[in-house]
Amino acid sequence: MNLAIRDIRYHLGRFILTSIGLGLLLGVVISMGGIYRGLIADALAILHANKADIWVVQQNTNGPFAESSRIPEDIKYRIRLVPGVAEASPLSFQTIQIERYGKPFRFFLIGYELNSSGGPPEIVAGRDIRQKHYEMVAAQAMGMAIGEKIHLGLHDYTIVGLTGKIVSSSGDPVAYVSLADAQDIQFKKDNDAIRNDRERIGANLATIQSLSPAQGKYLQQNITAITESTHTVNTIVVRLAPGANLHEVQERISRWNHFKPLSDAEQTAILAKGMIEKARMQLGLFRIILLVISAVIISLIIYTSTLDKIKVIATLKLIGAQNRVIVAMILQQSLLMGIIAYGIGYLLILLTYEKFPRRIVLEPFDLQMLFVIVVAICMISSFVGIRKALTVEPAEALGG
Amino acid sequence: MDKSMYAIEVDNLTKIYGKGETTVTAIADATFQVKPGELVAILGPSGSGKTTLLTAIGLINEPTHGKVVIDGAVVADEGWTPGFDLKRMRREKLGFIFQAHNLIPFLSAIENVMVALEINHLSRSEAKSRAIELLTSLNLGHRLNNFPSALSGGEAQRVAIARALANKPKVILADEPTAALDTENGKNVMALLKKLAVENHSAILVVTHDHRMVEGFDRIFQVSDGRITGES
Repeated sequence: MNLAIRDIRYHLGRFILTSIGLGLLLGVVISMGGIYRGLIADALAILHANKADIWVVQQNTNGPFAESSRIPEDIKYRIRLVPGVAEASPLSFQTIQIERYGKPFRFFLIGYELNSSGGPPEIVAGRDIRQKHYEMVAAQAMGMAIGEKIHLGLHDYTIVGLTGKIVSSSGDPVAYVSLADAQDIQFKKDNDAIRNDRERIGANLATIQSLSPAQGKYLQQNITAITESTHTVNTIVVRLAPGANLHEVQERISRWNHFKPLSDAEQTAILAKGMIEKARMQLGLFRIILLVISAVIISLIIYTSTLDKIKVIATLKLIGAQNRVIVAMILQQSLLMGIIAYGIGYLLILLTYEKFPRRIVLEPFDLQMLFVIVVAICMISSFVGIRKALTVEPAEALGG
Repeated sequence: MDKSMYAIEVDNLTKIYGKGETTVTAIADATFQVKPGELVAILGPSGSGKTTLLTAIGLINEPTHGKVVIDGAVVADEGWTPGFDLKRMRREKLGFIFQAHNLIPFLSAIENVMVALEINHLSRSEAKSRAIELLTSLNLGHRLNNFPSALSGGEAQRVAIARALANKPKVILADEPTAALDTENGKNVMALLKKLAVENHSAILVVTHDHRMVEGFDRIFQVSDGRITGES
């Protein structure tokens, strides 16, 4: 006869409520692990989508995901000539927050060269960008429909396609436009600013007495062209030809001034260690605290449940029950509570994780590890109850 | 009669609590025997040492001096440790009936009896049929699946008696079995114990302070201040 099951059956309401409470707590622990995995997945989503071998970024920087990195777009031509390089695609990144329907609307905009790498990893509805201007592919998470327009910078952009669940390292959904459009949005000044700049340059040049009017005009055109140029990118992603040596290509590019070639592994490490490490520690600490709270709760529940059963335990001892009968009753109850609570927590997260504002990634390994930890906690927590039970004297069954 | 024919033999049993000046002699030099099938009462007021005597015989409390023999096996003797498992002895040879029935609240009537049998390594099916047989014989056939909270005081005590009888013990020790019952139910329980003592050939030792409940007992020991002061 299983005394643990019998006791649970008799106190079913109390057991279910306790398990649900504990289950909610374990659900939070599971979701914390999922949020951490989600952070990694989000942070590396753009990296993985690009499948680049090398990220060429501004010298002395850690690349566009860590800090500001600006390099001239035309360096792509030089990179394409490096032996072993199969493809070099310039990319522009910017985080945009605008007002939409009276609410803040935030997303991460990637500009890429059409028919080159760096664009949407997949198109789940509509089509890819075909025109060089004013078309956009948005992540589904942005909640925009095909055909909808969005005003950015000086122009309206039409959603022509939807891509899957791709987000930036900060969890913002990603939208794609052509590189030229992205550069316009990021760098193009409005007409007033352009007029002001031209006037200022003209006025400054006019003060130089030694310039002839023709020289002044020529110089003004050149300076204006440079200041109004938008041909700047944040990185150039490089894909190597089969068999090409990564280190050799990196070595060649690093010899040039002003550029830093980061391998994909280095870029991943910068993102994972630099950006996620603190979040990982924070979440890890939070998980440990929650697990300790769970352990304390299980211990208290088992201990008070044992205190409730002192007379039962004494009676069992008096009628000759072996210690293992009593130990099994307490241990099984503790384990059942933990396992059922784990199941409730898991089910809860499984049913709700897609509704979380940030991505939750449930890794089987994490779930299995947590299950083992919960079982261990239940076993350790039940020791307080078992210790109490083993000290109960059979004589306590006597008397009123 | 040969000594080994006794179910219970108590010889100069003494139990002293505490040390030095704070010693309390709970029971002193108790000597008596109980034969199988005999219903014996230990009658005395509260604090007279009745329960101490019962716990010493029930292998719960080790006596300070003296000897206890259960069904021919020495279970306690001065400076001597039994070479067998006392829990096993309690399971196989002794049955206990408590003041407040002490049924396990989360087990039904039948399960309360079955638990004693399963602890003694009976199979589930054997335990079930024996429990049904016992409870039916105590007129509880209609209450098999009721939890203790749904039983009357008398019914609960009869389930407790069934549990005590489950393993066909040689000795049944009852600690104030009628204390929680009204007079009529108390008398019914005592009558039942008398009947069972004869039918099962078990020695039944009942501790009580209520002299009204010991009518029809084979022998009654009067206890006062830890000493057996008389036998009737």
